[in-house]
Amino acid sequence: MDIVQIVALGFMVTVLSLVLREHKPVFAFLLTVFAGLAVFLLLLDQIRFAVRTLEHLADRTGVNTGYLKTILKIIGVAYIAEFGAQAVRDAGQESMAAKIELAGKMIIIVMAVPIITVIVETVLKLLPA
Amino acid sequence: MNVDVNAIFQIAGIGIIIAMIHTVLKQMGKEDMAHWVTLIGFVVVLFMVVRLLDRLFEQIKAIFLFQ
Repeated sequence: MDIVQIVALGFMVTVLSLVLREHKPVFAFLLTVFAGLAVFLLLLDQIRFAVRTLEHLADRTGVNTGYLKTILKIIGVAYIAEFGAQAVRDAGQESMAAKIELAGKMIIIVMAVPIITVIVETVLKLLPA
Repeated sequence: MNVDVNAIFQIAGIGIIIAMIHTVLKQMGKEDMAHWVTLIGFVVVLFMVVRLLDRLFEQIKAIFLFQ
C-alpha cells in the first residue's frame, strides 16, 4: 500500500467527518473508526512481514521461542489496546480510554511476569550467596 | 489486504443522507419516524464497522501468535 494513498485517505476521512459531525456526530465517529480499521488492515501485510522476519531471525540465533512468543503477544495487546483507546478518545470519552489503557497495561504486565521471573532468577544465580 | 475503501465513502454517504431524511421528517412533524430512521442507519453502519473490526482482530490474532 502506497503511503500517498493512505495520507489521501486520511485527508478525505477528516473532511467527511467534519461535514458529518455537524449533523450526526455518531456517524462521524463510526466513520473515523472504520477509516482507522481500514488503514490498519492495509498496513497488516507489512506488519506480518516484520513479524515473520523477526521469528526467522530468532530461529536462526536460537533464542528461546517462548520469550519471542510472549513479546509478540505483548505487541499485539499493545496494538489492540492503543487502537481501542484512540477510537474511544476520539468520541470524547477520555475516562473510558484511560480504562482501556489501564487494562492493556495490566494484561501486558501479567504476560511479562514469566520473563521478569527469569531475569530475577538469573540475577539471583549470579549473586554470591 | 484488500480493504474496500469505497465503504468509507458509503458510510459518509449514509450519514449525510440519514441527516437529510431526519431533517425532512422533522419538518413534516414526524419526530418519532425520524428517530427510527436514524437508529436504523446507525445499526447498518455499526454492522459494517463491527465486521471490519472482527476481521482486524482475527488477523492480529493470527499474526501475533495468540492461541
